[in-house]
Amino acid sequence: MRRRLISVVAAAAGSVLLGGCISDGGGPPESANTSRGAIEVWLSTNPEEVAWGEEVVASWNSKHPSEKVTAQQIPAGKTSEEVIYASIVAGNAPCVVMNTAPSAVPQFQKAGGLVPLDNFPDGNSYVEGRTGTAVADQYKSPDGRFYQIPWKVNPVMIFYNKKLFAQAGLDPVNPPLKTWAEFLQTSRTLVQKKVAHAAIWPAPSSEFFQSWFDFYPLFGARTQQQLVEDGKATFDTPDGVAVGQFWRTMYAEKLAPQEKYNGDSFKDGEAAMAIVGPWAISVYKDAIEWGAVPIPTEDGKPANQVYTFSDEKSLAIYFACEHRLTAWDFVKFATAQDSDGRLLELTGQMPMRENLPGVYAGYFAKNPAYTQFADQAGRIVEVPNVPNSTEIWQTFRNAWTAAVVFDNEPIDKEFADAAARANELLAKG
Amino acid sequence: MATVRSAETERTTERDRESAVQPVEKERWLGAQPIGLLFITPYVLFLAAIFVYPLIVQFFISFKDYFFAAPGATVDRPWVGFQNYVDVIQDPTFQRSLFNVFEFMIINVPATVFLSLVLAYALNSKMRGLSFFRGAYYAPYVTASVAIVTVWLFMFGETGLVNTVLGSLAPDPSWLINRYWAMPMIAVFVTWKQLGFFILLYLAALQNVPKERYEAADVDGASTVQKFWSVTVPGVRPATTLVIILATITGMNLFTEPYLLTNGGGPNGASVTPVFYMYQKGVEQGQAGYAAAIGMILLVITLGIALVQRRVLERD
Repeated sequence: MRRRLISVVAAAAGSVLLGGCISDGGGPPESANTSRGAIEVWLSTNPEEVAWGEEVVASWNSKHPSEKVTAQQIPAGKTSEEVIYASIVAGNAPCVVMNTAPSAVPQFQKAGGLVPLDNFPDGNSYVEGRTGTAVADQYKSPDGRFYQIPWKVNPVMIFYNKKLFAQAGLDPVNPPLKTWAEFLQTSRTLVQKKVAHAAIWPAPSSEFFQSWFDFYPLFGARTQQQLVEDGKATFDTPDGVAVGQFWRTMYAEKLAPQEKYNGDSFKDGEAAMAIVGPWAISVYKDAIEWGAVPIPTEDGKPANQVYTFSDEKSLAIYFACEHRLTAWDFVKFATAQDSDGRLLELTGQMPMRENLPGVYAGYFAKNPAYTQFADQAGRIVEVPNVPNSTEIWQTFRNAWTAAVVFDNEPIDKEFADAAARANELLAKG
Repeated sequence: MATVRSAETERTTERDRESAVQPVEKERWLGAQPIGLLFITPYVLFLAAIFVYPLIVQFFISFKDYFFAAPGATVDRPWVGFQNYVDVIQDPTFQRSLFNVFEFMIINVPATVFLSLVLAYALNSKMRGLSFFRGAYYAPYVTASVAIVTVWLFMFGETGLVNTVLGSLAPDPSWLINRYWAMPMIAVFVTWKQLGFFILLYLAALQNVPKERYEAADVDGASTVQKFWSVTVPGVRPATTLVIILATITGMNLFTEPYLLTNGGGPNGASVTPVFYMYQKGVEQGQAGYAAAIGMILLVITLGIALVQRRVLERD
């Protein structure tokens, strides 16, 4: 009898504990949406962005002493997204993260971790006014609401090492990289002349986000389409397969290695080209004499018609924030024209602002190297804002490594299988 | 007379039974040494908080379409019964990960047992440089995986030391990006890294093998190899059981090495393990219910294998 009693008590205690652990208790008060007060923001760990962030925070604090903002870098983790997700679940996310990846927004939104901007009277109009309605629409969630403020882009282009090109007998000023055929021939020349181990060295590994730097820029340049559109995968098409075939040739001829480089292959001179955005200018400026050209297309589209992957980062206000009005005001302060100008000056990254070359004409006149990126910032393709986004990218990446990098399966079959799975995930919602 | 003695005996037995009631009752509740309960309580509480409780939570969420959410957020996490389990079992990536880990264990477990026993046997004898060898075998075990992985990447990379030596005999694609070689390489790496620990277990076990058995074997004229097989191997059998079970559990929990050596289960999924897949699903993709189901299935498989191994190995 006593044993039975103890068992019942233990089971009841266990159930209470279990219920407590996985219940949704806690959270910010109801008044959070209309409250002002001290807030915390997280900045990217990039030194230039940290410098910019600290400057903006200091400026805000001098003007708003009763609504103090405290800034810190995103805590270390495998990826920023994992750290942010963990903080959402733990209920200790900051009010604003100034480095929210759009690909992670669906997951954060599903977890109830983000504040929709229409909670604020001028939420939607501010985003659309700053970025332009057409571009801003790419950042709307499937429920038609904004959970992120498109902040800055790093439109990726082909960086090339002028010195290595010259050594290989290639024109370092106008390199033949416009069409796929030219790109392949240039790559062959670079490798045959042994000026570098690889012509280009995108990470061939299986992480879901690696496709943003091999497949996606070329696919975007060719189709201007996102990976999925209107509830269906877009890569299971002759266009998607053609991009796969192009890269298959690169891997088959060992112009791009199948093994990941541990470090920066371009900076180390192991690769003569790289697919990167304008953030790289400050990184490479003292190490390499570089040039940049648009992403190649099969038919050699003019530069002003070439689209590319945005590599955008957003701002977002997080659910745990207890003083959301301050957070919203701070976001507007940090994305005002002056703050955006300082971001451009300090980091070389492009604020998501309409008519960027015109708004900061003085800056681009002084820094012509950035002009082509500002121009490119108007022609970008974003990652799709859909549920199960990470799993869809992982599914595609698995197909990519199997068919394109290692040639274990036919490209069309792998892409078709991956598209079928992506469609299932999209339908599942 | 016999009847009288029998009645007396019965009375005595009854008295004994009555007097024995109290101690038996005590033993049932608190054991023969109640103070022992006090000593083990901290560890039991630790075990309950760190292992048992999360396991119960995991079991619970494996039956839901569960994902982690912000405290206070209103989210829908419906009960899905066995659906997660059905999906996991039918998932080709999970099946592949099980195949990969069995491939790993087929290489790792026998190699671990054989090499650690042979090396422990050698290190247990009187030989020159004993301290050096004992330290050398133990060093990889106490060195951080990240540091060692860097060395292995340097050695087995496409342009690494090993391929440079092998020249045209080197595999193409190279070791760690070759679908046939990636998992065996990880198995070799883990075997080498863990060897020091298992050698230590065998060294301890070897101290318990009675010297008389070796002397008897000497008298019978047994050679060194015969003594090893007939005296040492049976003498360390309990340690072998432990080594096999621990190596199996290590294999089933494999994560760090494929994560670091082959960049997340590459090439083309050839080194994806169940735990790595669980991480992908649960952490990267936010599907905690699905990941919990993978964990429960893995737990059952691991316990099953360990049980079979124990039954087989401890059979006289």
